[in-house]
Amino acid sequence: MAAIFKANTRGKKMSEALESLFWILIFPGFLLTVAFGLVASWIVRKVSALVQWRVGPPLYQPFVDVMKLMGKEILIPQDAQRTVFLAAPIVGLSGVLLLSTMLWRITIEPTKPFVGDIIVAIYLMVLPSLALILGSSASASPHAAVGTSREMKLVMSYELPLVLAFVVVIIKTAGLIKSEQQLDLAAISQHTLVLSISGLLAFLAALLCVQAKLGFVPFDIAESETEVASGVIIEYSGALLAIWKIMQMMMLVVLPLFLVMVFLGGFGTKGWGLVWGIGKYVLVLVLLILIKNTNPRVRIDQAMKFFWFYCGAVMAIAIILATIGNYYGIGWL
Amino acid sequence: MNWKIWSLKKSPWVFHVNAGACNNCDIEIVDLLTPKFDVERFGIKLVGSPRHADALLVTGVGTRQAAIRLREVYRQIAKPCVVFCIGACACGTGIFHTGYHVAGPVDQIIKEVDPNAIIAYVPGCPPKPEAMISGIVKALSVL
Repeated sequence: MAAIFKANTRGKKMSEALESLFWILIFPGFLLTVAFGLVASWIVRKVSALVQWRVGPPLYQPFVDVMKLMGKEILIPQDAQRTVFLAAPIVGLSGVLLLSTMLWRITIEPTKPFVGDIIVAIYLMVLPSLALILGSSASASPHAAVGTSREMKLVMSYELPLVLAFVVVIIKTAGLIKSEQQLDLAAISQHTLVLSISGLLAFLAALLCVQAKLGFVPFDIAESETEVASGVIIEYSGALLAIWKIMQMMMLVVLPLFLVMVFLGGFGTKGWGLVWGIGKYVLVLVLLILIKNTNPRVRIDQAMKFFWFYCGAVMAIAIILATIGNYYGIGWL
Repeated sequence: MNWKIWSLKKSPWVFHVNAGACNNCDIEIVDLLTPKFDVERFGIKLVGSPRHADALLVTGVGTRQAAIRLREVYRQIAKPCVVFCIGACACGTGIFHTGYHVAGPVDQIIKEVDPNAIIAYVPGCPPKPEAMISGIVKALSVL
């Protein structure tokens, strides 16, 4: 009797594990995010082309890029630190993978037990940048070393306003959400915070921080092709480079989705909610593309000054406004 | 057809190497990659590192100093790859053929490293960007 009971619970754990693996690898984790990422990457290139009055690549171009990279040989420099060099792209990919699975699960089934909250999301968002820094510092190339130092400085600069922006969100939803659900993303995404002054300021600062995290101009300092010959990923080739590219495509899906959930009122899943959600995501994506196409690349010291002093000061003002608005119950502050 | 070669044809990423050119062909290559000629519709993208590249755009007659570096760059490209000799000097030393500094035209230099290298020639002094596009598309279609 006891043996049958034990066998049942073991079978249940096994099926739970298989179910989680399905979520992470197929739907809604890896395959779904990569598919959307390919389309999002094409949208970026096509809109950039249209802004520059040219035609741009066909729809299958990002897919063919990745396929071609898979078919090339992998070259590892002789002096490179092999373990870190090979493991870094995989660590970064796993970070984005978990983040995407978490966000999609919360969007599709908001009432499921704890998958992750806003702190887990902030935590996982740092992993890809960290993996990039580790991978490039293991590359044993002076260009990669310059790229590493620039990427480290960039990450140090934009993490502060990004976290402050989320603190504004948490302060503003303090009165509107039950206190045990304070950090829960499903609860936060019910409220459209961009319709208030501090929410709007926080959204703009978070947008610029996401621009830096994605490595888009004006903040593509680490991977600047002409200055440091593709600094951080200079020594990567073949399938490892394909993993970096896939990682960037997935971040292009996940980070605007995160912004939509936290600031713009979430991503509905039924009927008009879904259309409206996709519209919000495309709006954030197009904002990123337009900022990308109308700005030159800035120097690393200009970027640090911008994020710490300007974005940081604006975020401090936003936090003060949000606290005052929360205390006196003024909704639009 | 092999999926590797098919995807190489659809998405050739180029890296530009100056092996001792007078800069004329380099200027034409740089303006080829501007939005006016829109080579992105062929999937062509300029990359900053030879390890990311599929096609090498070599300009200039191979000088003695540049020949050593050109061979190093070729070794660093992830195979399979194509080498494009842009301009009359790269195709066959052009007007410099009796020069003391010449270490052979580019295809001879590359073939010392890899006798089976795939090399395409785009003549001109300098070749017009339209000629370069036509050369690249024709070379990729016979791969």
